[in-house]
Amino acid sequence: MKRNLNFIEASSLLEASETTSVDLTKIYLENIKQAEELNCFNTITAERALVDAEKSDLRRQQGTLKSRFDGIPIGVKDLFCTKNIKTTASSKILSNFVPSYESAVTQNCIDAGLISLGKLNCDEFAMGSTNKTSYYGPVTNPWKSNKSDAKLVPGGSSGGSAAAVAADLCVASLGTDTGGSIRQPASFTGTVGLKPTYGRVSRWGIIAFASSLDQAGPITKTVEDAAALFEIIAGHDPKDSTSSIKEKESFYHNLNSSIKGMKIGIPKEFKSDGLPSSTQKAWDDCMKLLQTNGAELIDISLPHTMDALPTYYIIAPAEASSNLARYDGVKYGIREEGKNLIEMYEKTRSVGFGDEVKRRILIGTYVLSSGYYDAYYIKAQKIRSLIKNDFNQAFEKVDAILTPSTPSTAFEIENEPNDPVQTYLNDIFTVPINLAGIPAISIPFANDENGLPIGLQLITNSFEEQKLLNIAKNVQDTVNYESVPKNWWQE
Amino acid sequence: MISGWELVIGIEIHAQVKSKSKLFSSSSTEFGSGPNSQVSLVDAAMPGMLPVINKFCVEQAVRSGIGLNAQINKKSIFDRKNYFYQDLPQGYQISQFKYPIVGNGFIEIESDGQSKKVGIERLHLEQDAGKSLHDQDPNLTFVDLNRSGIALMEIVSMPDMTSPEEAVEYVKKVRSILRYLDTCDGNMEQGSLRADVNVSVNKPGDSLGTRCEIKNLNSFKYIHSAIIYEAKRQIKLIESGENIIQETRLYNIDSGETRSMRSKEDAHDYRYFPDPDLLPLILEDDWIKKVRSSIPELPDQKKERFIREYGLSKYDSSVIVSDKSTSDYYEKVVKDRNPKLVTTWVTSELFSVLNKKNLSIDESPISPNHLGELIDNIDSGKISSRQAKDIFEEMCETGKSANNIINEKELSQISDEGELEKLVDNVISLNPENVEKYKNGKDKLFGFFVGEAMKLSKGKANPKVLNDLLKSKLNT
Repeated sequence: MKRNLNFIEASSLLEASETTSVDLTKIYLENIKQAEELNCFNTITAERALVDAEKSDLRRQQGTLKSRFDGIPIGVKDLFCTKNIKTTASSKILSNFVPSYESAVTQNCIDAGLISLGKLNCDEFAMGSTNKTSYYGPVTNPWKSNKSDAKLVPGGSSGGSAAAVAADLCVASLGTDTGGSIRQPASFTGTVGLKPTYGRVSRWGIIAFASSLDQAGPITKTVEDAAALFEIIAGHDPKDSTSSIKEKESFYHNLNSSIKGMKIGIPKEFKSDGLPSSTQKAWDDCMKLLQTNGAELIDISLPHTMDALPTYYIIAPAEASSNLARYDGVKYGIREEGKNLIEMYEKTRSVGFGDEVKRRILIGTYVLSSGYYDAYYIKAQKIRSLIKNDFNQAFEKVDAILTPSTPSTAFEIENEPNDPVQTYLNDIFTVPINLAGIPAISIPFANDENGLPIGLQLITNSFEEQKLLNIAKNVQDTVNYESVPKNWWQE
Repeated sequence: MISGWELVIGIEIHAQVKSKSKLFSSSSTEFGSGPNSQVSLVDAAMPGMLPVINKFCVEQAVRSGIGLNAQINKKSIFDRKNYFYQDLPQGYQISQFKYPIVGNGFIEIESDGQSKKVGIERLHLEQDAGKSLHDQDPNLTFVDLNRSGIALMEIVSMPDMTSPEEAVEYVKKVRSILRYLDTCDGNMEQGSLRADVNVSVNKPGDSLGTRCEIKNLNSFKYIHSAIIYEAKRQIKLIESGENIIQETRLYNIDSGETRSMRSKEDAHDYRYFPDPDLLPLILEDDWIKKVRSSIPELPDQKKERFIREYGLSKYDSSVIVSDKSTSDYYEKVVKDRNPKLVTTWVTSELFSVLNKKNLSIDESPISPNHLGELIDNIDSGKISSRQAKDIFEEMCETGKSANNIINEKELSQISDEGELEKLVDNVISLNPENVEKYKNGKDKLFGFFVGEAMKLSKGKANPKVLNDLLKSKLNT
């Protein structure tokens, strides 16, 4: 069978009885087995996947399919709580945690008949952009430079989700994006990653990092797949007070690639001499492509772009410091005994959390402290509204905005800068979108001089995912990027 | 209270919202269930769980705000109050800090027979914490999360009270209003209503003193004695040249003393910030209007009405309306009856029985209907007041109705003149000597004839009719 099946192809094969869900599941479980070296999965649920696949095949025989995508195997970031399946957030502190409940997003997937192959590695509590902060060790990017054998990061925090799709260990996967955690790894792995409008997808049952920024979304092989999986997971959820009451749309069905007459904004603040020439070239080429296909390019300004990163690194840690207070050794997760309550807290949290998580808890605690609150948190909230306002004004003039997804392509695992701020710069193009709560997608566009994928980011106004997906499809269909990593891990 | 000193008192009341389910989850709020039997995933702060506001609790807070003559804020915000403790599963309490649901208001209390306004600064909604049980095991602390997430209203007064009596009157009045509104059951023993009391002292004309907060007082008696103790403590310190340290103190109900719990320097930095899991709470004008129109008659209005309609004294009216159940009881009895008689029986006989047996009006051994029946018998002259008291006592003991007891014991008074005339004639013919003496001026013997006639009637003769008959017969 063809390698690298996408969602739509897999559903066609199943429909035509050219394969079964069980066969597909077996193939993917075998792929996963062979790719152990990539460390994409924290937990593989082979037995349960096969049982679920059998049930799907039975439904197909009986004509009781749950959706047209019934029986397709996917992977789930280990941040989604899954009933009776260990859910760790890639943290030691939750290394023994088995939820008694199913997150809204994964429940939607179950209701559509999708088969979960297991839980995908990620940065600890989704904090990171390299996947190196995981308690279960880093994920290796299936891509390698054509000039070196060094292992590369897949990006993060949804590094396992992106790498697993790129290495064909699942048809598609679920990730979460707080500051770029879907788009940046998608960009590093040549996959498609969609960060929906804040409120489109229920956060219920997703382990919280920064509640006002977190949003779940699909990582897929094609834009069509992204539309299909997004349609499955989106929708109002009364259990999430920040969930939008907007009606669910038929994103996949309504997908078309017409962009004639659309106005595409190019923000001047995203231009930089420091941008690698291959990334700059990809960006330029995409502008030309859109123009050729009938869109109009418009220079725009998002004046507060440079303030986004420091703003993000106040708001996200502030929320995280509070969200992670519940991991205290009292109720679930690991506990390190102490002489008294305080010592038990200290030991449990010292042992249970990794360095990056501790760093952000400290930053967050600091910026919320009395005497600093106004100078940091309140100021950050004000800048956040200015950033949102920048986008509002831009969308009065343009339909969408085009930028690079990341300032560089994937880098070596061993070569991460020591200064965490350097690592934080990875998110510079993606973070403003989360602060504004708007949707964006990263799509692979070209390879750089080392043969590594370059992703471009498209952004639209809130709840305009359909338009976003349509433009992305236009680019995808025109550029015809079909590059996949060499499967060196199977050799 | 203590001559030469002034007291300034402000009070924070924590009142549990009367609601079937918790503030942000659907768990039950029933008191007294088995440990951890009313805990949802949200209450236990399981990973990924999210709060969803209970609209009924919001309505209860707004009702309470209206009852406190307070401003209802159309936009309020839930904040997280961050601190670590074993019975606080989230590691933060969801509360309202900068933007409470209810703003400035006031209530009126009685002080030295005068009416006095006490300002309300705010009322906000917040979650209760769970309960730590330290006495179940020598080495371990157990945690019961049944209470975790239950809705509380924190009602903050202005520092308008100047005596322990006023402080008690204030808490009593707030409790009464909440009970009228049915927004809090006001059960202080179960902890549904508790008070933190801020006390400071100063010399008249001086600026305000440094205050101390006494936490978690759950009876009127404790509020009263804790304030007296604390004021005396502070005065003693100042008089011996020392400074008052602003701090939180606990009241020991056994020793009657307060002791330091933590000083201001040790106070938590709660790192309040808006809860990103919850949107700002927005109330529509029409909805507030609807709630406002559903507010029942409150104690102050009822007091005026009782004075107007039933001719009660100001004092009696205050006493009866201070508790909603009592006023409901009174109104049931007084309907179509003599208000004066009803008031006397409720405020003296009934109250003294309830006091003696330590019962609430809801637990009264005599129902409003039964009491009404008894009063009907008095009013019609069927029984005497003296008999009524005996019957009342028997009603308390047996729960029987007045009519039942009267019939059983054939207690009904003989008021029929014809029947009594026979009795009187009988007594006169049996005691000719005494009749003679009486007629010769020995007036004192009148009592003897009354007694004899009563004896013959087995005590059932209507004394007034009997007297009149005897007088007319003996004086002719």
